[in-house]
Amino acid sequence: MRIPASQLREWVDLPEDVTPAHLHEALVAVGFEEEDVHGGDLTGPIVVGEILEFTPEPQANGKTINWCQVRVAKDGPEAVRGIVCGAHNFGVGDKVVVSLPGAVLPGPFPISARKTYGHVSDGMIASAKELGLGDEHSGILRLTELGLDPEVGTDAIALLGLDDFAVEINVTPDRGYAMSIRGVAREYAHSTGVAFRDPAEAVTIAPATGFSVTLKDDAPIRGQQGCTGFVARVVRGLDRSAQTPSWMVKRLALMGIRSISLPVDISNYVMMELGQPTHTYDLNKLKGGITVRRAKAGETLTTLDEQVRQLHVEDLLICDESGPIGLAGVMGGASTEIDDASTDVLIEAATFDPVTIARSARRHKLPSEASKRFARGVDPQVSRAAAQRVVDLLVELGGGTVDSLGNDDVTVTPPAAIALPADYVAKRIGVDYTTAEIEGVLSDIGATVSAAADGWTVVPPSWRPDLIDAPGLAEEVARIHGYDRIPSAIPVAPPGRGLSRSQSARRRVAQVLAAAGLTEVLAYPFVTSADNALFGSPEGKAVPEMTLANALDPLVSQLRVSVLPGLLDTAKRNVGRGLTSLALFETGMVFQPAGATGSDSIPVGNEKPSAAVLDGLYGSVPAQPWHVSAVFVGSLTVKQPGQPAVASGLADALDAVRAIATAVGAPIEIRQGSHGAFHPGRTAELVAGGNVIGYAGEILPSVAQARDLPRVVAALELDLSALIATAPDHVEADAVQVFPAATQDLSLVVDRSVAAADVLAAVVEGAGELLESATIVDDYRGTGLADNEKSLTFALRFRAPDRTLTANEASESKLAGVAVAQQKFNATIRE
Amino acid sequence: MSSISPKAVADAVAQALAAISGASTGDALKQVRSEFVGDGSPISALNAQLRDIPAEEKAEAGKLVGSARAEINQAYAAREAEILAGEEHERLLAESVDVTAVASRRAVGARHPLNLLMEEMSNIFVGMGWEVAEGPELENEWFNFDALNFDEDHPARAMQDTFFVEPVERHLVMRTHTSPVQVRSLLERELPVYVVAPGRVYRTDELDATHTPVFHQMEGIAIDKGLTMAHLKGTLEHLARAMFGEDAKIRLRPNYFPFTEPSAELDIWHPTFRGGARWIEWGGCGMVNPNVLLAAGIDPNEYQGFAFGMGIERTLMFRNDVADMHDMVEGDIRFSKQFGMVI
Repeated sequence: MRIPASQLREWVDLPEDVTPAHLHEALVAVGFEEEDVHGGDLTGPIVVGEILEFTPEPQANGKTINWCQVRVAKDGPEAVRGIVCGAHNFGVGDKVVVSLPGAVLPGPFPISARKTYGHVSDGMIASAKELGLGDEHSGILRLTELGLDPEVGTDAIALLGLDDFAVEINVTPDRGYAMSIRGVAREYAHSTGVAFRDPAEAVTIAPATGFSVTLKDDAPIRGQQGCTGFVARVVRGLDRSAQTPSWMVKRLALMGIRSISLPVDISNYVMMELGQPTHTYDLNKLKGGITVRRAKAGETLTTLDEQVRQLHVEDLLICDESGPIGLAGVMGGASTEIDDASTDVLIEAATFDPVTIARSARRHKLPSEASKRFARGVDPQVSRAAAQRVVDLLVELGGGTVDSLGNDDVTVTPPAAIALPADYVAKRIGVDYTTAEIEGVLSDIGATVSAAADGWTVVPPSWRPDLIDAPGLAEEVARIHGYDRIPSAIPVAPPGRGLSRSQSARRRVAQVLAAAGLTEVLAYPFVTSADNALFGSPEGKAVPEMTLANALDPLVSQLRVSVLPGLLDTAKRNVGRGLTSLALFETGMVFQPAGATGSDSIPVGNEKPSAAVLDGLYGSVPAQPWHVSAVFVGSLTVKQPGQPAVASGLADALDAVRAIATAVGAPIEIRQGSHGAFHPGRTAELVAGGNVIGYAGEILPSVAQARDLPRVVAALELDLSALIATAPDHVEADAVQVFPAATQDLSLVVDRSVAAADVLAAVVEGAGELLESATIVDDYRGTGLADNEKSLTFALRFRAPDRTLTANEASESKLAGVAVAQQKFNATIRE
Repeated sequence: MSSISPKAVADAVAQALAAISGASTGDALKQVRSEFVGDGSPISALNAQLRDIPAEEKAEAGKLVGSARAEINQAYAAREAEILAGEEHERLLAESVDVTAVASRRAVGARHPLNLLMEEMSNIFVGMGWEVAEGPELENEWFNFDALNFDEDHPARAMQDTFFVEPVERHLVMRTHTSPVQVRSLLERELPVYVVAPGRVYRTDELDATHTPVFHQMEGIAIDKGLTMAHLKGTLEHLARAMFGEDAKIRLRPNYFPFTEPSAELDIWHPTFRGGARWIEWGGCGMVNPNVLLAAGIDPNEYQGFAFGMGIERTLMFRNDVADMHDMVEGDIRFSKQFGMVI
């Protein structure tokens, strides 16, 4: 909402030298966010001049300029100036607006005497647009067009109000009344304490009758009648040569509204002044009286933008005997639109149901200044004043004559009274306002306040449909007395339990991965279906997925089931920027629909749903576990003096898996696995709690290369929520044994297809309790072994809790381990 | 019968000391030891003569030779230590490396500053006894809108540029704020409730320097007996000071949100903000609307409280002078590495 200062001044006393900053400050204090300033960015000298003579001079570029002699002062040495002008819409004797050297026009566009087309142009003759008086830029502004004939040399800034400015504020959706000068002036008065003069009361309403209006509604929305008021007035005999006065054009321009024609401009001006949208019909195109009703299935209407609209049964229509002639509150119809020849008009100032208008505007994608106001609620008491104001302006500016024909149907339902207990405001706000302060604010905002048993009964004003309960009234008191008065106090929460296990675990995982050299990223969770299939299932099959209905990029409209594609895209972007050694990770939610999702319908908001309904709501939302994923490209250890680069690979991915397991405190078993997005021979499946919770390995080279990544990209992804769920509540510590250890190596020959981890597990199983530690230290293939064989060497450490082990005891334990390995995998000791 | 002349002893000592001090390497010193200190050295020979001298001279001669030997041994030990130290020093010098060019086996990576910031803000509230609540990012509309007093036709519902999920009539949306977590907390937790909800939220804004369709918020809600707007102000003041220092100030301006009444815009002021000491819009807040409590089955006549929320991206922008949203979403490692593990 933009408010011209000059217009505001008509209803509240502003400081003589009012500035945009002052207005913004006053309005911010009562809850209107500051948005912008329009106009006011122009300084003189800008004066009225008279064309004395001019000479057209054709130029080499094909244009013709006029070399003009312009009188800009009654007398004096510089009374007549030579000015170059490119426009041709003037003649000798025309009064025009001249910006003299030193003036600054909006832009900023400073004016100076300058050489052009072989002359020194000593100023500029201005167009309406250059002066901020509208869009007209095809020629210069001749003051006769505005009905003005001022003295030469008159200050044009004062004459035309060129230094007027508008402040733009953001009006929140609860306060439709403030989408008008009337509402903003009232709020300015609240903020500063100056007196407020109600523009609605400045109008003298003359009753009118005899025009037939029928209000019907067979299908009210949410119990609300579509139209509860339809004020109609008739003005005849408009002089269609009458122009919109410059002050109105200027104010409309400041409010961001283009001047179109006098009747349209007046309608817009009154809407901005009083907040009531009005519509003007060509009376002679109307067939009989008016009926307001809901649309019928299949009905259409050609709106005044010449579009044929398919109507919906919820749409509210203005109809005459010919059928629909307007989409109520949204847009008028073409058939009864006023045109250049219309002289007799019918003015409508109606009261519509906000929900009906909001839905129609949304349905037909016609957000307009009118529908915005109706959707937020227009004061039902202002419609007669608004219709009368339009009439008065059409008579005054358009030469029309008012007719007694009209309609005054308005049904006003008084706002419901609110009980406000005496201590309520203090208990909600934390300030002990006096009784006078509370009553004062509520009266100032237009409410009727009467004493009740324990407090007050408050009836809000007709323009405040947002005030429906005590908290709303408390806000009014706090807002108008200023939030600065609210003191500070820190509430004491009951003792908390700190972060949850899962939250702590996720933080540790991120810290550990970062400490291990990985950089955390946060990719958008939007992917393609192809990526969901490739990364979301080991077999590369299509997986259940959720699709955005209004994705910004329709090609990337699925919610991810895997974090990896986003991470690979991020890697690609980094590599593209020359950052070729990367280790990235992300922890984030994935979206895993299973079966039906969503709800058929949802309950109302202001009461607790039944347990069954609530369960349905919880169950309607797909599982969204946290995943952690990492990728490695290039080298984690880069080439340096005395240190060759160490290419990243599978080992880095598996190390990261082990780091994650340690951070969570849950063991992860690494097994040979397979996954369609990974290298067939270099992939591990990750097992926790008996379930496969993820994969680690090298990305399939073709998949990496499809993202412009090098052939070897190591990666992992696992279900972090599932892993955390398997973590024990606490760690049970074993006593540290201190008797001397016995260490032995063991080499076993097995078939190459046998997994080393399985052989190790067999040895551990067989060796029993004396075996304290066993690690794989070598995997040998070659001379001395058959082609299908490999030799695995294990370093074993034995220890007893109660004695020093003998070499024999250690050997027996080792051989027991060998026996199991032999039995399971046909392992033999390599001598 | 011979006697041991003091001169012979002095000569032996002088000879030995000269040889010891003349030795400059460990090997040379070993040679000196066999010649002048050990068996067969002049002083050893003199020592051997002690057996042969008359008993009455023995005490004096023994003392003379003994102190001479002690002097030699001492000098030897000192020289030996000196040479060893010198050799160790040489060796250490030879082992010098240019520490500015030592290979880094594995550099530490970096956390994302948005996550670090959410963790830091959460920690401040955990320190006050609050807990951190979480909920799904793909949410039922009831939790995201209806339970928060945005009914289907509420004008504010259109203000939120919502991502809907197919099929639209099944009422699932990407949460437009973390407020649904507040509703879930009120439904699932025992009263009183003091929780913050950090997390990812979604709105249909194209990515540009100041907008992103996927961003983060930190919201908080406190519902208890006797809470007023003064507690809201005090809590936010504490947060501002904990994050920005004791000089930070906050200001509340009237505003509108469906889920709070009264509602306020939160501004923060700090002397060190880029562009000078000034007020910056930080978030929204207010007293929880009774309809929100009713949706969770809480009696608004018994309990009331406050809620607040702020954008993490926005906070990072003015707190750490990040000028462009692209840096936060693109995952360029150079951005996160500026922060490392610390915000």
